[in-house]
Order: sequence, then C-alpha cells, then structure tokens
Amino acid sequence: MQPLAEYALRLGDDSLVLGQRLSEWCGHAPMLEIDLALANIGLDLVGQATHFLGLAGALEGEGRDADALAFGRDVLDFRNVLLVEQPNGDFAQTIARQFLFSNWQELLLRELARSRDDTIAAVSAKAVKEVAYHARFANEWMVRLGDGTEESRSRVVAGLEWIWRFADELFAVDETTEALIADGIAVDARSLRPEWDARIARTLAEAKLETPKPRRAVTGGRAGHHSEHLGHLLSEMQFLPRAYPGAVW
Amino acid sequence: MSTTPANKSLSSPRKRGSRVAAEISELGSRLRGNDTERGENDELECRVFEILSQVPDPEIPCVSVVDLGIVREVREGAPPVLVITPTYTGCPATIAIASAIRVALDRAGLADMRIETALSPAWTTDWISDAGREKLRAYGIAPPPQGAARHSLREEPAQCPRCGSASTEEISRFGSTPCKSLHRCLDCREPFDRFKCH
Repeated sequence: MQPLAEYALRLGDDSLVLGQRLSEWCGHAPMLEIDLALANIGLDLVGQATHFLGLAGALEGEGRDADALAFGRDVLDFRNVLLVEQPNGDFAQTIARQFLFSNWQELLLRELARSRDDTIAAVSAKAVKEVAYHARFANEWMVRLGDGTEESRSRVVAGLEWIWRFADELFAVDETTEALIADGIAVDARSLRPEWDARIARTLAEAKLETPKPRRAVTGGRAGHHSEHLGHLLSEMQFLPRAYPGAVW
Repeated sequence: MSTTPANKSLSSPRKRGSRVAAEISELGSRLRGNDTERGENDELECRVFEILSQVPDPEIPCVSVVDLGIVREVREGAPPVLVITPTYTGCPATIAIASAIRVALDRAGLADMRIETALSPAWTTDWISDAGREKLRAYGIAPPPQGAARHSLREEPAQCPRCGSASTEEISRFGSTPCKSLHRCLDCREPFDRFKCH
C-alpha cells in the first residue's frame, strides 16, 4: 500500500479494534449508564473506522471497501496500536485504557483536522468533537475510581500499571509517516507527547494517583506484529461475514 | 416519559405549508450567506427543501431532516446534486436517512437527483433551525445550547422541556442515541433527553 493508504488504514484500525473491544461491554457494564456510554463510544469509533477504512480502500484502488477491509483481513494485516487490542479486563482496566487512548486521540484528531488531505481533515474535524466527550468520560472515571474506595483505587492502579507499557507506541513515527508528516498530511505524533503527558498528569493528580514509572515499551502493531488477543477479537468480529459471505440484513 | 404531541402547532396542512416556507427561507439565508450567484437555483432548492421538510428523522421523528440541518444545498446540473451531511460519525441512522431522502425525491419525480455526502464543514448543532429546536422541546427533548455555549464542554444545566426549570442534573452523558444525553429535572422530577451540543 502507498503511504497515505497505509496511514488511513492505521487510523481506521485503531478505531475499529477499540470500538469492537468496547462493544464487548454491551449488557455487562456495572451500571446502565456506563453500558450506554461504552456502547456509544464504541459506536463513534466504529463510525470513524468506516470513514478511514473507506479512504484506505479507495486509495488502494483494488475495490475493497471499509467492510472488506474490516472483515476480510487476517491478524497480520491489521495496523492498529497494541493498546487498543488489549482485553477489557475489569471496568477499571477498561477505563485506564480509554483514558490513555482518548486523550491521545483528541490531540491527534485536533491536529489532523488541519491535514492537507481533505478527507482526513473532514473526518477528523467531525470526530474530534465526539472524542472530546470520550476523553472527558474517561478522565472523570479515573478520578472517581482513583479517589474512591480502597477497592476501586487498587483496581485502577493495577489497570494503569498494566496498560502503561503500550503508551509509547501511540507516539511512534516510522518511514510511512515521515514522508506524510513532511507533506503536512500526517501528524508528527511525537509532538503530541508533551501535551498528552500534561493532561495525563493533571487528571492523575486529581485522582490522587501517581504517574507510572517509565518502562520498556511494547510495540509492533503498526508493522502487523500483534498480541494473541487480536486474533480472538477478529474471530468473533469476522465470524458472520466469513461464514456467510455476502450476507445482508 | 410524558411527551406533548410533536406536531401540535403543525396540525393544519395549509399552515404547515406557510411555516415550511418561512423555515426554508430562514435556513436558505443562513446557508447561503452573502452568496448571490445561486439565485437561479433557488426554485429547485426551495422545492427540494419543501419535499424534505416532510421527511422525519428516523430516531427523532418530531423533526425533519431539514430541521436538523442535514440537508445542506442543491446544486443544479445534469444530474442535479443534493448535498447532505451526517450528524455524528457513527450515527446508525445515517443510512436510514439517506434512503428516506432517496425515496422522497423519487416520489416527487426527482429520481435523477444524485445525493452526495459532505463531511466538511462538519455538522454542528447550531444548524438545527429555530423551528426544529422548538419541535424538540415540545417533543420532550431539551435542544442543545447555541453559539458560544457549544465551545464549552462544561455545559450549562439543561432546561427541563416539561416545566422550564433550569434546576436539572445530568444522569448520563450518553443516552439512547449518539446525539442525546440523559437528564432529570430537580423540580418536577421529569427525566428527559437533551440533544448534545456538537
């Protein structure tokens, strides 16, 4: 794939995989309001994925639409960051993952809204308004859990410790992105780090939690090197169109 | 949830016609701004807006797709093009809306009109017409704050669509559809939806 198509694929896969993960909470969340919130956030993400994967397919020019890319690729062809494919765990773990992701995605889309690619700019300008709600939801729950009971605090600390190793990949830049950054199409993710760090630190301080110590980053998703979890996620997500190709409602 | 009949003020077809015309002119002037070049297109555009003002939103049937600001413009040509905009990125009603618009155009003899989706400029709740906002309120949904208020994520408390009290609380930022949040009136105790500000 050419770099722009690859970049659109990455954006789409991040949203698609996390959207699918969040949908697993449907009917299982601790309260009805959270059930609604996680399903809504998942829906927004799948909506973003539809646009970004649609763009990737159009640029590729081999007749694959968003559905073909979502349901017709195997694990090695997915380009999402590892963070989004990690299992939901308990509610605190899900919130910790969302906290890192949504704060990053809000900054990313805010910049991408000025991308020199019109489609990426349009989708981002629209989506960033929705993602602001996601980030606010996650931030508030971090505070509620961190500054809550002993139980909620210990769980959110564990969730944050577990997910932290996947944060660095959000800010990685490689050959695919470098050329696009130079052209004003992609965002240099490294430039988002200071503001992200500040946001994370601010909410963690409010939650009376400590920022986890730096650790060896786990990366590889952008190159298709995924954890075992993604295959299981895909087997559920892709089951129907694979078993019944061409099925419609 | 107790709701007032949605179209109370629109019961007479004749009245509806004149009201629609007023809404369209309000909307048209908002859309076109100072652009005078499109004058000849007005007739077709007016007709299309009038047709589509009868197409209800599938999730919130008290308002039409015109009220919501989904219908953006009509461009003359061969074929003529109707430009619509999605409200929320992941809104599952987007497909239902496009097909309802298609059916309405076909029935009105505009089968050749092409429907284009424009993402930019991004839809905002400020595009909901004043008439649409009033219909939402009558239906039991608090309309979104307008203008500068929408830049603040810390929204003002919603106004209860039933008793008008501003003494309300948010129950959940995410509601039954992507465009709504859940609230409760602290005075009359009515639980209600609010159209989210975007």
